[in-house]
Amino acid sequence: MASTPAIVIDQLTVHRGGTLVLDAVTCQVAAGSITGLLGPSGSGKSTLIRSIVGVQKVTSGRIDVLGRPAGSRPLRSLIGYVTQAPSVYADLSVRENLRYFAAVVGAAPSDVDGVIRDVGLGGKAGALVGRLSGGQRTRVSLAAALLGAPRVLVLDEPTVGLDPVLRRDLWQMFNGLADTGTTLLVSSHVMDEADRCSELLLLRDGAVLAADSPAAIRARTGTDDLEAAFLALIDAQEVAAR
Amino acid sequence: MNVRITMATAGRVLTQLRHDHRTVALLLLVPCLLLALLSWVFDGQPAVFDRIGPLLLAIFPLVVMFIVTSVAMLRERTSGTLERLLAMPLNKLDLLLGYALAFGAVAVVQSSLAGAVSLWLLGLDIAGSAGWLLVTAVLSALLGTALGLLASAFAQTEFQAVQFMPAFVLPQLLLCGLFVPRGAMQSVLSAVSNVLPLSYAVDAMAEVAASTGLTAAAGRDFLVLGAFIVGALVLGAATLRRRTA
Ligand SMILES: Nc1ncnc2c1ncn2[C@@H]1O[C@H](COP(=O)(O)OP(=O)(O)OP(=O)(O)O)[C@@H](O)[C@H]1O
Ligand SMILES: [Mg+2]
Repeated sequence: MASTPAIVIDQLTVHRGGTLVLDAVTCQVAAGSITGLLGPSGSGKSTLIRSIVGVQKVTSGRIDVLGRPAGSRPLRSLIGYVTQAPSVYADLSVRENLRYFAAVVGAAPSDVDGVIRDVGLGGKAGALVGRLSGGQRTRVSLAAALLGAPRVLVLDEPTVGLDPVLRRDLWQMFNGLADTGTTLLVSSHVMDEADRCSELLLLRDGAVLAADSPAAIRARTGTDDLEAAFLALIDAQEVAAR
Repeated sequence: MNVRITMATAGRVLTQLRHDHRTVALLLLVPCLLLALLSWVFDGQPAVFDRIGPLLLAIFPLVVMFIVTSVAMLRERTSGTLERLLAMPLNKLDLLLGYALAFGAVAVVQSSLAGAVSLWLLGLDIAGSAGWLLVTAVLSALLGTALGLLASAFAQTEFQAVQFMPAFVLPQLLLCGLFVPRGAMQSVLSAVSNVLPLSYAVDAMAEVAASTGLTAAAGRDFLVLGAFIVGALVLGAATLRRRTA
């Protein structure tokens, strides 16, 4: 990898509710990349993301973000985090939600209208979040993470339930952010989003199955289709395990 | 501690309340209606109303704020907003103080209204000043808020949070001196009542209702209440974990 990594994960092991969820995960996320975190449901994507933002109790291992241990104080204003379920106040309007989060991260109140526009909610700024559709709520949650122009954006399935046009617009915005040097880690279990990423991290049963660019993964598995590539990697792993 | 974040949190909590008209109406009207009911119950015995009325002005804010804050904080936890906030540059105490400020402000309005109704509509007759009555009621509300925030750390569901009211508050209500003076209880019980926060809110209220100006006894009760409030907030911050399983 040419650029210095923004996130370095070394031998990360996490147990949840007594079971092993992440098993000695070692991987990196390049600075300025859009890295897709892919894997089946229950493979540990959200757990890995929670560990990176420092809200997950970890058993052992080390995570550095921008050269600092994950969860350390200075990092909290440098990372934007979108939880998998939209985490915004249903009893506040879109703008009231974002004004509050802007105050917490120390972003200018004038940033609020900008991020509302970025996620395509310009017409809904005054609406109560509780009266928005699921996809609209997801976007309010995403907008909150964009406040303060964080250097690292960690997004847990930010495009679930969105239509193709909106997804394209959001990915355009992600690309724009990456162009200005922001590092994005985006989880998804939709394989067609994988192609929009510059790097992929395939997770299965709490372990890294592959970490490479989409092109390299295609070449390695000899298939054009990333979904087929993912399945081929799983088969190869199972053969090796036998 | 960050004043900007604390104030923003208080403002946000109040805005949430402002959107919830029914809760605001309940918060403000229920204490007044209960006091009116009480004065009606003791229609023939105004002396009893004069003794119990002020005590209830200390008890209502504590009970109400305890329930409201423990549920509000639990919602913050289950909706994921707490996780988001804790991943942001926010001190845990900023969040708790924000809640305390917001519900303290609600308590000022709630207690002013209940106090005014009692004194000027229901004919509550006390020697003390309305001002100290209000101070005591607001301290009591802050105590309820701080205890509610602390209790919410131990609740996983709304059902549990609501059950904490009878579990935490009703024993204090039985032992606070409302039903039997604390000195007249069995020594075990009066010893227990000595370490329960509500006892001091009720003692303080009885004292400020009975005397003009601030007596030394009332001042001491205020200090104990203040210590309980600060202690519960600090303990609440300590039990609020940034990293969860
Ligand atoms: N709060 C929890 N307590 C105990 N176990 C948990 C908890 N949350 C998740 N797990 C377990 O950890 C494993 C990984 O969960 P995680 O949420 O990280 O998966 P995921 O890859 O994000 O899945 P999805 O795509 O469905 O969101 C699962 O087996 C799940 O059962
Ligand atoms: Mg997940």
